[in-house]
Amino acid sequence: MLKLIFRRVALTLPTFVALMFVTFVAVRMVPGDPIEARTGERGIAPERLAALRHDLGLDQPVWKQFLDYAYGLLHGDFGVSIVTKTPVLHEFLILFPATLELALCALVFAIVLGIPAGVLAAVKRGSVLDHSVMTVALAGYSMPIFWWGLLLIMFVSEYLGLTPVSGRMDLINYYFEPVTGFMLIDSLLSGQEGAFGAAVAHLILPSIVLGTIPLAVIARMTRSSMLEVLGEDYVRTARAKGLSPLRVVGLHALRNALIPVVTVVGLQTGTLLAGAVLTETIFAWPGVGKWLIESISRRDYPALQGGIMLISAIVILVNLIVDMLYVAINPRIRHG
Amino acid sequence: MPVISTKAAIAAALLTAFAAAPAYAAKTLVYCSEGSPENFTPALNTTGTSFDAARPVYNQLVEFERGTTKVVPGLAESWTVSDDGKELTFKLRKGVKFHSGVNGFTPSRDFNADDVIFTFDRMWKPENPYHKVTGGAYDYFNDMGMPDLLASIDKVDDYTVKFVLKEPNAPMLANLAMDFATIHSKEYADFLLKKGTPEQFDQIPVGTGPFSFVNYQKDAVIRYKAFPAYFEGPAKIDNLVYAITPDPTARYAKLKKGECHVMIAPNPADIAGMKTDPAVNLLSQPGLNIAYWAFNVEKPPFDKKEVRQAFNMAIDKAAIIKDVYQGAGQGAINPIPPTIWSYNKDVKDYAYDPEKAKKMLADAGVKTPLDIDLWWMPVQRPYNPNAKRIAEMMQADLAKIGVNAKLVSYEWGEYRKRMQEGEHTTGQLGWTGDNGDPDNFFFLLGCPAARKGGQNLAKWCNKEFDDLITKARTISDLSERTKLYEQAQVIFKEEAPWFTIAHSVVYEPTRKEVVDYKVSPFGRHEFYGVELK
Amino acid sequence: MAEENAIDDPIPAGPERLVLSDSGLSLSAVTVAQAEPVGEEPSPLRAFWSAFSENRGAVLGLAIVVFIALLAVFAPWVAPHSPTEQFRQSVLLPPVWAGGNWSFPFGTDAVGRDVLSRLIYGARISLGIGLSVMVVSVAVGIVLGLAAAFLRGAVEVVVMRIMDVVVAIPSLVLAILVVAVLGPSLVNTIVAVTVVYLPRYVRLVRAAAIAELSKEYVVAAQVAGVGKLRLMFVTVLPNCLAPLIVQAALGISDAILEAAALGFLGLGAQPPTPEWGAMLADAREFIRSAPWIVTLPGLAILVTVVAINLMGDGLRDALDPKLRRS
Repeated sequence: MLKLIFRRVALTLPTFVALMFVTFVAVRMVPGDPIEARTGERGIAPERLAALRHDLGLDQPVWKQFLDYAYGLLHGDFGVSIVTKTPVLHEFLILFPATLELALCALVFAIVLGIPAGVLAAVKRGSVLDHSVMTVALAGYSMPIFWWGLLLIMFVSEYLGLTPVSGRMDLINYYFEPVTGFMLIDSLLSGQEGAFGAAVAHLILPSIVLGTIPLAVIARMTRSSMLEVLGEDYVRTARAKGLSPLRVVGLHALRNALIPVVTVVGLQTGTLLAGAVLTETIFAWPGVGKWLIESISRRDYPALQGGIMLISAIVILVNLIVDMLYVAINPRIRHG
Repeated sequence: MPVISTKAAIAAALLTAFAAAPAYAAKTLVYCSEGSPENFTPALNTTGTSFDAARPVYNQLVEFERGTTKVVPGLAESWTVSDDGKELTFKLRKGVKFHSGVNGFTPSRDFNADDVIFTFDRMWKPENPYHKVTGGAYDYFNDMGMPDLLASIDKVDDYTVKFVLKEPNAPMLANLAMDFATIHSKEYADFLLKKGTPEQFDQIPVGTGPFSFVNYQKDAVIRYKAFPAYFEGPAKIDNLVYAITPDPTARYAKLKKGECHVMIAPNPADIAGMKTDPAVNLLSQPGLNIAYWAFNVEKPPFDKKEVRQAFNMAIDKAAIIKDVYQGAGQGAINPIPPTIWSYNKDVKDYAYDPEKAKKMLADAGVKTPLDIDLWWMPVQRPYNPNAKRIAEMMQADLAKIGVNAKLVSYEWGEYRKRMQEGEHTTGQLGWTGDNGDPDNFFFLLGCPAARKGGQNLAKWCNKEFDDLITKARTISDLSERTKLYEQAQVIFKEEAPWFTIAHSVVYEPTRKEVVDYKVSPFGRHEFYGVELK
Repeated sequence: MAEENAIDDPIPAGPERLVLSDSGLSLSAVTVAQAEPVGEEPSPLRAFWSAFSENRGAVLGLAIVVFIALLAVFAPWVAPHSPTEQFRQSVLLPPVWAGGNWSFPFGTDAVGRDVLSRLIYGARISLGIGLSVMVVSVAVGIVLGLAAAFLRGAVEVVVMRIMDVVVAIPSLVLAILVVAVLGPSLVNTIVAVTVVYLPRYVRLVRAAAIAELSKEYVVAAQVAGVGKLRLMFVTVLPNCLAPLIVQAALGISDAILEAAALGFLGLGAQPPTPEWGAMLADAREFIRSAPWIVTLPGLAILVTVVAINLMGDGLRDALDPKLRRS
């Protein structure tokens, strides 16, 4: 096991080096210039442009810029954003809790609804319930997220008036300093009455929107995995032994059926963390996905490079853990 | 259908959650802004978003009166100009306090001349310890030509500062009211330098303004609270909050629900609805701007005046105003907005007449189908809510006179640069005025700007026109200047280097409980003096 | 659906999901089950169809896809108007059920273009993107995947490491980056989406091919002296096709969604092309005043993608003996 983990970690190292190179090159291949991108109709005089480029080190040969960047990365320095002049790592750490909070809530939403729905559908295979679950899952799976988010805001927030429109907190009634960056925790820490409720209210719609696809995937996965397990000999034996269906499903089948589901959940986690660009954009959610997209349009090289590196590192890490977990809970695969 | 039932359950839970919200005594005004500021030092920035974020905290020596372009005293209570026009002497206000308790800083003294000197030295003198902090790009200071203009800035005594210029310059005073000339605390700068964190100077602002900075979370929120010791008296609201909400649809939804009180830049499509919305006061002001479509006269057939005129007749301007500006704009005739003096009311626009346009093209020897480029900028600008839609409409109109327009766009910085290089055959852009002087618009059509890389995107250099505007720039008599500019507008219309699209109207919806909010002609957002009912 | 969906395989049917997530070097054994040689059954096409048609949803999906495809192909004859003609007198006309008139059944958009006609022509664009991405990524995926499986060594390492890098970058960010580099256009949208979705095909083909390689018929062919290229494409490839076909069908729907997301962000097809995502983006500001021009393109995307996914499900059930009802 240890050996396997070591092997896997070692395997990700060249990926990181390649990733560093690819992002560095790709970012610089984007036409345009970070300084030009910021100027308005007035434009900028060529001499000042040259001076500013010099200050940013953009006039250096690309290979030298790359070496500087690589050297910095080795020392944990992700560079400084061209636009805000704050360290990239610092910006990332401010935005990431928002992304993480949203991703986890979306995932909880997807799991809490998805697994029971999948199990029920499998157990009641062919029933109306099964068909409904599968239809909803299919629709969820096929949903254009940006459109879905807009519709929900218009209907749930504006028309029904049930949830706040966007943002993370009720800004009129509450104020507290961010401690952890997680609004749910900070609102509790603040001790202000109703703050936690407001934080939850702000999370509902974005979580539903972001959780729609994982929900569909998890429900379908649970169902098919469950069906497979239900068809296996030991389950049939258990049934034949006269065990109650609930016991069969709950005890024997579910445990085995959930193994692949765990994998899917893990993979979804990685994906959700990778920044829900569209969800964040629609709900004005201050997360990393939106930040990366803005960095592209601003040609903010360091922010973009650093952001992609950090996010990718997290995705790779999460996927690695998922793989390990899978190996750990599924003995069949270990000798594979 | 698990999704639906859960939603209902959550909704029920929510209603109880909201019912628990506390009664809140303090008055908090929330402004739904567009984006995150780059930092809080206006001198370093060029965007309205960043200026707006710094403005509650700071003052300038002289300021624009809220909602107007009029220059009024700020931190300077009076000023005198020497006879030769080269010396500006400011008498500073006494007893002005800096914010206390922000970032662990407690000022030991009131505002004085040292702060003024420090502020300008930072932008101007490379030896100033803060010159290189936060990138050190002082765009506006340089753009306004300050380094060439300033001979020295002298401290006469603690409350008197003298600006010595190399040549007389009338707009200087108005320049000092601009955001880049915001006055900072030298004591705070020294305090941070000693602490070893000078970069915080631009992240955690300390100023003399009506609101002191509380907290900023990137892409989420900026918080300020009223500064009780503000020299013009404390603000009428207790807390000021900028809720960063990039999407205009969401901004309006928040405004409707009372999640914010004032919002920037509504969707043109929502304006009609806002007018009848009982919760909303829709304020408006004609913008100091123009959107235009330039014909590159260096590229045939646009070297021919008749062709340019024909193109002017081929486009249905009224439809653009109606369908793109949705009423938030007026069709433009002259290259300057009607709110600027010297606007020539007698100039007539080309009437929409595709048949005549077609004939003129044929008469000018243009073979159809003619292929041209039609460039549109990829971003929304104050003068043009949707260049893409305008381009699509123009494309359809041009097809009727046998012209195939290929729509072209680039990333914004690239777009502007390529247009200035003259790579386009035709392209859209526009201009927003900085100071209300006609020359601030006319120079866009002058011969010096027609060079490669210059601002004259038609690359149109007309001797007669250029002589008129050059002469108008050098004389001071207003009626004389007006006459020259009026003449220039006649030539412009006849020569038709542009299709003048529109002057936009700036709309700002506020909630009914907001009292005395004023729309700024410069597109600023100011909250001192605003009250909540 | 973009990044929210980037874990690719929409219909995770079993442990073979892992192939996509893992570094590509192990776990290939689990895919074997899927790659049961199709061609060995007596009448493969008929068997396939009877299995496929058993699934009513799949047939419905197929019917809808065929319908949309026909609309797309015959757009010039079916659409009531040109997709780019602007009826300036009828701007923002509501659809017929909301008080509009029959000359514009689905209403008109902000510049007076017929929404129905744009949707019909948009089907061409969206299906075109979906198919192009699928064809290109399957083709490239086969070549790279087989190369990795057959040549092993350095080729395999390089190919699979590159795929790892591609997968590691958030998919929508990567797509946007590619479009930013190449410039926004329909073709570049296809390139960007292909880049994003390529790894899943490469990994799938490689894993399936490696599994096949150890089988007797391959060894036999090798012994018989069959050339390497022939072995790759003629002997092994056909037996890897089943999972690939399923993946490809579902890949079309993902590509359509991803392209629509790019269009929504203004990075896809350029005006006045009636691409659905771009139509949505253009119409976004009218969500209050003219909701139909926002709702209809979204519905078009949803229906198309649902139909393709239904069909894909049916394909999988029919081609994957493990899950076939018996």
